Amino acid sequence: MSKQNNSFLEWIDKRFPLVSTWKEHFTEYYAPKNFNFWYFFGSLALLVLVNQLVTGIFLTMSYKPDSSLAFASVEYIMRDVEFGWLIRYMHSTGASMFFVVVYLHMFRGMMYGSYRKPRELLWLIGMAIFFVLMSLAFTGYILPWGQMSYWGAQVIVSMFEAIPFIGETLHNWILGDFMLSDAALNRFFAYHVVTLPVLIVVLVFVHIIALHEVGSNNPDGIEIKENKNPETKIPVDGIPFHPYYTVKDIFGVVVFLIVFCGIIFFAPEMGGYFLEHNNFIPADTLKTPDHIAPVWYFTPYYSMLRAVTVNFLWVDAKLWGVFLMVAGVAIFCFLPWLDRSPVKSIRYKGPIFKFALTLFVISFFVLGWLGTQQPTPLYTLLAQIFSVIYFAFFILMPWYSKIDKTKPEPKRVTK
Amino acid sequence: MNKIKIFLTVLCLAPLSLFAAEPGMPLDSVPIYQTDNESLQRGAETFVNYCLTCHGASFMRYNRHRDIGLDNEAEVTEKLILTGQKAGDLMLSAMRKNEGEDWFGVAPPDLSVIARAKGADWLYTYLRAFYRDESTVSGWNNLVFDRVAMPHVLYELQGEQELVVETVAGKEVKSLELAKPGSMTVSEYDQYVADLVNYMVYLSEPAANDRKQLGILVMIFLFGMLGLTYVLYREYWKDIH
Repeated sequence: MSKQNNSFLEWIDKRFPLVSTWKEHFTEYYAPKNFNFWYFFGSLALLVLVNQLVTGIFLTMSYKPDSSLAFASVEYIMRDVEFGWLIRYMHSTGASMFFVVVYLHMFRGMMYGSYRKPRELLWLIGMAIFFVLMSLAFTGYILPWGQMSYWGAQVIVSMFEAIPFIGETLHNWILGDFMLSDAALNRFFAYHVVTLPVLIVVLVFVHIIALHEVGSNNPDGIEIKENKNPETKIPVDGIPFHPYYTVKDIFGVVVFLIVFCGIIFFAPEMGGYFLEHNNFIPADTLKTPDHIAPVWYFTPYYSMLRAVTVNFLWVDAKLWGVFLMVAGVAIFCFLPWLDRSPVKSIRYKGPIFKFALTLFVISFFVLGWLGTQQPTPLYTLLAQIFSVIYFAFFILMPWYSKIDKTKPEPKRVTK
Repeated sequence: MNKIKIFLTVLCLAPLSLFAAEPGMPLDSVPIYQTDNESLQRGAETFVNYCLTCHGASFMRYNRHRDIGLDNEAEVTEKLILTGQKAGDLMLSAMRKNEGEDWFGVAPPDLSVIARAKGADWLYTYLRAFYRDESTVSGWNNLVFDRVAMPHVLYELQGEQELVVETVAGKEVKSLELAKPGSMTVSEYDQYVADLVNYMVYLSEPAANDRKQLGILVMIFLFGMLGLTYVLYREYWKDIH
């Protein structure tokens, strides 16, 4: 039996590099042995991506991208499709959990300096995935065609109108109409189920290839490849990804699934944060809701959009808001070149970086919370203050990371 | 360092202190018992008798009510179908959309998922907060939903309430007083509406009970897996130091 298997494997291997690929990416991919809690979120993001792709295919079988049928077709899935409610909640909860794991994954990178040389390109590919993920979330949220789908999207697409000269033409070109309508629903559906999933899968593949080229960073921020066993050429602090990290990640997956399934089965709306109450009202093109707020994962950026209230340098406040919002996301791309610290990991960075990162996290949460609230003069002021703190974290980094008092890095990874 | 930590904590909590009470009327909380089939069936009968005349629940099928103990189609037909529809049909309104617009100025909204949009407490308070107001077209107004187009359909049961405005410490406080009693006492009517709202919560997500039951099994399985995968992980990692 085993001889037969081997000859079959040989037959394959002469035609496709199966064994060598398996070795390169699993059994002989050496990952640092000191990964901690924060290193679960990469594989979890992959898990959620697969969840979204699979449940998405099943939803597409019953969903109708037609402005007069869309809302009812979602309820049809919830009621008449066998286990449709489960598929739908897996997809809607998966959308929010995708952002949870990706935000934690990015924060891990910020703590341990995973964006630093030689991983700049890996970080940028990750940022591209983040942009595509945001587009996926945006186009997907329109599909149920509820009040929040409609008016939330209306707010976002109206930002294009703020662009000088070409704004209105661009807006109409994107929507295929003068306002959000059936034409836009159809094309956003096409992006959501074809264009963007293909893009994200390709980018995730490229992200993993880039990771395996440079090797994983670790909580100590030192390069395990610099200390190899002279005989075996294997990093002394490295262990094969399979079986060590596959069994560890499986445990992480179960912990994640307990949270994920807890939400799906016992709190699928998550108190109105994952599924907004107003989105259970069908889209009404004539009735603007009193309070329009995007889903929680966009609210920090939505706060920045609303934070700019004055025209400045002959540029309209709204355009500045749009600029600030885009910058708020895009500024992560510059991290590899903003950080001038001699060490990578927060473990060896000084008090200024720790203080700055804590302030950044606080401002991210405060901006996120403010984005869910109705704007008042006080809230707008808070949004302005915390937007400044948010950007200061990045813009001042070249200075404070240089003068910060760092500790010496160890030669070998620590526990 | 400690001072910095205190500063950061205060900064974190500062926005929370700005929480202000939402304006509008405080809502009464309604007891929801999604496993009480008798209450749900009473609510279902009220719903088809009163609500379904003008509103639809057009994402819901009559025979779906097997969830709440109406298992056979004859029973469903007898108890819930007043319009000659079949048991497998969707619960459509007896009124056409344009008729609603002509008669009330606005088409009555579909009620299939209204409990998920508005919340059970809102519905419970709303259905008990109608009062006489001659200044409106229907002659009715509502404390929770000012100048609502819907008249008080259940007034024969609740009776007629009137608005009482008092000034307490410089603030206007609105309350309702029963001016003309209906066929039910106040507590009977409250129970009647509670059953109806209980049903509407079921109506908004008929699979909710199945969801929670399946969830318990899934959780038991996952906690079993948690122990198993942890032991597996420890076993493999024994030799890594």
